[in-house]
Amino acid sequence: MQRIGVFVCWCGSNIAGTVDVQAVSDALRNEPGVVFSTNYQYMCSQAGQDIIIQAVKEHNLTGIVVCSCSPRMHEATFRKTAAAAGLNPYMVEIANIREQCSWVHKDMASGTEKAIILGKAAVAKVNLNAPLTPGETPVTKRALVIGGGIAGIQTALDIADAGFPVDIVEKNPTIGGKMAQLDKTFPTLDCAACILTPKMVDVAQNDNIRIFSYSEVEDIKGFVGNFDVKIRKKARFVKEDICTGCGLCTEKCPVRKVPNEFNLGMDNRRAIYIPFAQAVPKVATIDPDACNMLKSGKCGVCSKVCTAGAIDYKQQDEILDEKYGAIVVATGFNPISMDKFDEYAYNQSKDVITSLEFERLTNAAGPTQGKLLRPSDLKHPHTIVFVQCVGSRCASCAEKGKEYCSKICCMYTAKHAMLIRDKYPDTEVYVFYIDVRTPGKNFDEFYRRAVEEYGVKYIKGMVGKVVPEGDKLKVQASDLIAGKQLHIDADLVVLAAAIEPDKSARPLATMLTASMDTNDFFTEAHPKLRPVESPTAGVFLSGACQGPKDIPETVSQASAAAAKVIGLLVKDKLTGNPCVASANEMMCNGCSTCERVCPYGAITYIDKEFRMPDRTVATRRVAQVNPAVCQGCGACTVACMSGAMDLRGFMSSQIIAEVDAICK
Amino acid sequence: MQKINRDVLIDRAISLLNSGQVSSVLGWRQGEFFYDVTPAVFTDENDIRENFVWNDFCGANFSKYLVSKTKASDGKILVFLKPCDTYSFNQLLTEHRFDREKVYVIGIPCEGMVDTGKLKAQVGDGLVSAQSTEEGLLVTTLYSDEPVNVDIKSVLAERCINCKSKKHVAYDELLGDEGQIEDSDRFDEVARIEAMSPDERFAFWQGELSRCIRCNACRDVCPACTCEKCVFDNPVSGVENKAPVNSFEEKMFHIIRAFHVAGRCTDCGECSRVCPQNIPLHLLNRKFIKDINGFYGEYQAGECVGSRAPLVDYNLEDLEASDVFEGRDTQ
Amino acid sequence: MQVNKYRPLIVAFCCNWCSYAGADLAGNNRLNYPADVKIIRVPCSCRVNPSFVLRAFQRGADGVIICGCHPGDCHYTSGNYYTRRRMALLFSMLDYLGIERERTRLEWVSAAEGAKFAATMNDFAEQVAALGENKRLEDLRCKR
Repeated sequence: MQRIGVFVCWCGSNIAGTVDVQAVSDALRNEPGVVFSTNYQYMCSQAGQDIIIQAVKEHNLTGIVVCSCSPRMHEATFRKTAAAAGLNPYMVEIANIREQCSWVHKDMASGTEKAIILGKAAVAKVNLNAPLTPGETPVTKRALVIGGGIAGIQTALDIADAGFPVDIVEKNPTIGGKMAQLDKTFPTLDCAACILTPKMVDVAQNDNIRIFSYSEVEDIKGFVGNFDVKIRKKARFVKEDICTGCGLCTEKCPVRKVPNEFNLGMDNRRAIYIPFAQAVPKVATIDPDACNMLKSGKCGVCSKVCTAGAIDYKQQDEILDEKYGAIVVATGFNPISMDKFDEYAYNQSKDVITSLEFERLTNAAGPTQGKLLRPSDLKHPHTIVFVQCVGSRCASCAEKGKEYCSKICCMYTAKHAMLIRDKYPDTEVYVFYIDVRTPGKNFDEFYRRAVEEYGVKYIKGMVGKVVPEGDKLKVQASDLIAGKQLHIDADLVVLAAAIEPDKSARPLATMLTASMDTNDFFTEAHPKLRPVESPTAGVFLSGACQGPKDIPETVSQASAAAAKVIGLLVKDKLTGNPCVASANEMMCNGCSTCERVCPYGAITYIDKEFRMPDRTVATRRVAQVNPAVCQGCGACTVACMSGAMDLRGFMSSQIIAEVDAICK
Repeated sequence: MQKINRDVLIDRAISLLNSGQVSSVLGWRQGEFFYDVTPAVFTDENDIRENFVWNDFCGANFSKYLVSKTKASDGKILVFLKPCDTYSFNQLLTEHRFDREKVYVIGIPCEGMVDTGKLKAQVGDGLVSAQSTEEGLLVTTLYSDEPVNVDIKSVLAERCINCKSKKHVAYDELLGDEGQIEDSDRFDEVARIEAMSPDERFAFWQGELSRCIRCNACRDVCPACTCEKCVFDNPVSGVENKAPVNSFEEKMFHIIRAFHVAGRCTDCGECSRVCPQNIPLHLLNRKFIKDINGFYGEYQAGECVGSRAPLVDYNLEDLEASDVFEGRDTQ
Repeated sequence: MQVNKYRPLIVAFCCNWCSYAGADLAGNNRLNYPADVKIIRVPCSCRVNPSFVLRAFQRGADGVIICGCHPGDCHYTSGNYYTRRRMALLFSMLDYLGIERERTRLEWVSAAEGAKFAATMNDFAEQVAALGENKRLEDLRCKR
C-alpha cells in the first residue's frame, strides 16, 4: 500500500476562487492510501515545495498527488521536488484543478465537487504507480550518411566539422549527385561545378570523412545510438588506394560505345571510366557489363597501360560491418521516366529531351562542350519549346505521373529560357505552364527578368501533342488566356519531367523501419516541428528524399540534419523516456500484432525458453520492446489481444482506476 | 451426405502414420452420443479404423487445437481441414501461433454440417442414430417406430446455409474436388437487425445475451481466442471476473470478445455452434466483418497468410467515427 | 446547488499533445463548460482501449468522449488513425446493440482549439443530458 500525500494548491485565488480548497484536502484525506493532506497558497513556490519535502520525510510518503494547475505546467517541477525529497520522480501525479476545473466552472459547489473527483482519480492512479527509471544506452560517436549528393555532402561536412567521424555511402563511383550534372544554378546563375566541386574536395580531404563510393547499404540492425550496418563495397576492379586517376586507361580502353550515364546517354564512355573530371574519389571503375576482359577474359589493355598497377580483374565485392550512432538518409531524386508520355514524342525524336538532359547539353563539360546544338543533327535550334509539369500535379494521371508539384521545375525552366536568350538572342523560347510558382528568395524577381528582360514567351496552357515532321517538331498547344490553339514548329522540345525519390529509398526505409508516404518520400517526425528527423529515432532526413527541393533548401535541410546528428553524437549516453511499453512475456502470444502498429519499429520478437508449470521447458515467441526506441504512444497496448503489452506510467490498471474513481 | 467417404480419409491417415510422415492424426471421434462428435488425437492404426468418424456431424474446426498439439508433439501432425477451417488455419499462421512445418494438412470437401438443435426440433428428442442418404438423413429416435427421413437442407447449421467458401486456402494435399468461394447471404440477418429501431435492437440483444450462462464455451472453441492468458482471466486487465452476474465482465463479455477478434474472426461460426444457450453470437462477429468490409474495403481474415488485419492498419481517408451512422436511420 | 436537475457523468479521454492542451487553453481563456466533464489524460488517443470506454459506462458514466490530434497531426504520426478505426467499429457495435449512439463521440481537438474544446464539451454534455441515465448497458445482460 502506498503512503500518499495530497497537496492542494490555491494558486492564489485562481483555484481558491471557485474551488473550496480546504474541502478538497479534507475529502481526499479519507481516500485509500492517503496519509497526509494539506493545502497551500502556491504549491509551486519554494515554500510550497518545502511543504512537500517536509511531508515526505515526516510521513514516510511513497507517493504524491498535487492538485494544482495543468501537469503541462508544473509536472516537471513537482517531479524534481519529489526527487529532492528522495522519492522517485514518477511517483507524482497531478490533478488539474485549475485549467480544467476552477477556470472553466464558475459555481463553487460544482467546482469543488469536481476538484475532489479529479483528486480522487489522481490518488487512485498513484496507488498503482511504480518507480520508473529512464534507461540509458551508449552512443556510437560516428554517423552514416547514405547518398553523396549535395545533401549528403553538406550533412557530412557539417558533422565532420563538429569533430565527429562520418561515412558517406554512395552507390555511384563518385559523389556529387545530381548537382554535379547541372550547368548553372538559379537564382544567382553560379556554375554548379564551381560551387560543388570545392565541397567535394573538402569531403575528400576531411580526416573525419570516409567515402564508400560504388557501395550500397545492405542491412541495418540496431537502434538510435547503436546501429549495426552492413555495407557492400561493389567490386570496381580497380584498387582505389593505388589508382592515381590519371585516366590513361579510359583513353586506351577499346570498348568505346558504352552510353555515358553522366551525360544521360547523350554520348559514350569506355568500359573503364571516370564519370567526370572532378570525380571524388578520382578513381577509375570498370563496368563489368561492358568490359571484354571480365566478360570473356580477352583484352587486358587497361592493366597493361596502368603504370601504377591498379587494375585487379579478380576483385570481389566486399562486405563491411560498421557501427553508427546516427544515420542520415540523403538518397535524393531522379526525373521520372518519360516512356508513358507518348504525346510529347520523347521516344520518337532525339530532339525531345528532359530538362536534365538540357543541363548536360548546355554544360561546357557536356556532350556538345556547352554549345546549344540539338541532338539529332547537331544544328543550332532556333525555336525551343519548354513544357512544364510533365508528370507533376498530375492528379488524373496517377499511373503516368505524380500528384505532387515537383517544385524545382518552374525555376530551372526560367533559368534555361533566360540562358538561351542571353547566349543566343536569335532563338525563340516558349514556356508552357499551368502556374508559375516562385516562392523563394529572389525567385520571383528571377522569373520576371526572364519574361521582362529576356523576352521569354510564357504561355499559360498545356502542350497537347508533339509530332516530329521532317526536321521540325510540330507542337500543338492551347493558350488558355488568349483562348486559342497554337501550332509551333519547334527545333527542340524540353520536358520538365517530374522528380521522384530514388528507387533505393523504399528498401532502405524497410531496413530502417522508417516511414514513407505513398510517393516513397520519407516521412518526417513532425511536418512542422521536426522536419529533418524521421519518426524512427536516430534516423535523419536530408534533401530530396523527404520531398522535392531545390539546392538552397536542400543545403539548409542538410545542415539542419547535421545539427540534429551532432546533438545526438555529442551525448555519451541517451536517457530514455521511462514511460515506455513493455510486454509481459508470460502473457505474450508472439502474434506480431503490436509490431504492426508500432510507428517506431521498437518491437521485435525473440524465441525464448520458458519453464512451464509442469516443469517442462517450452520455446515461445515473445515481443521485446526496445525502450530506447519506444516513444510511449500506447498503440501496441490496445492492439495486443492478450493484454500482455502495457505502458509504464499509463498502465491499463491505472487508467481503469482513474475511470472508476471518476465514475464512483 | 458428404462427398468424400470416410474410408478415403482413414486410408490416407493410416498410410501417412505408418510411413512415419506424421506421428499423430487430428480427427473426429464419437462422443457420448452419435451426434456428439468431438476432436481427438489418434496415434494408433486400429484406433483410427474403429473410431475415426467422418459424417454430417463433424462440425468441429481443428485449427485451434494445433496451437497446443504442435507444442506437445515432436513429430508432424496430420490434420483434416474443411474449407472454412483453413481460413482459421491461415489466420493462426499469420499470428505465429504454431509452426507450419509441424503440420500436414489434408483438405477435405464439405457439404455442410448438421445443427443438432434443428434436427431435434424437427424429429424430437431421443435421437438414436442418423444414416446419411443422398438427399438427407434417415433418423431413428426412441419415440418413433419408423426411421424418419429428414431433408438435409432443413437441418444444416446456419453457417453452412450461408457457406462463404468451399475453397481451401491452405493444404498440403487435397482429397476430392476443390470448390469455389461462394456468394452467401451471411450478412442478411445483420442487416435485418440494423434495420430495427434502437429499442427493438436493444430488446433483441437483451433477450439473447440474458440467456448467457458464461460457460466460456464460445471463447474456448474460438480459433481466434488462443491467448496464452485470456484477458478475462487476467487480474490486471480490468475486465477480469468470473462469477458475479452483476459485474462488468458479465455485461461486456460478448462485446469485448467480439472486439478482440474483430478483423481476425474468419466467421467460422464455431461460437454459435457450441453455445448451449443457442445465442447467435456469430451475429456480433459478422457485424464487425460487415462494418469492416463497408468502411475499409472487403477483407476476409485468413484468406492469405501475413495479411494486415484492418484494425492494425489505416488509411488517411478512413471515415470518421461520426460518419459511421451516415445514411442509417436516425433514432 | 441545483438538486433536481439531472446531471450526466461524462468521461473525456484526452491525448496529451493536442486535446489535453486544448482543454488547458479553454481554461486559460476561461471558456465555460459543464463540470460534469471529467478529463483523463492519455499519451495518445490510441492508448484508449475500447474496454476503458465500456468500463466507464459500466461504472455509471452516461457519456464517453475521446479527443485526439487531428488526422495528420498525431504526435506519434499514426496513433489517431488506429483510434479512428477502433472507435468507429466500437460505436457502430454499441449502436447495433441498441445503445444510444449519442453517448459516445470521437472528436479531433488541437492544442490551439480551446474554443472548440469548450464548445464540443457543451454540446456533448447537452446531448448526453437529453438522453438521461445510461440504463441500457446496465441492463444488457441481466434483465430477465
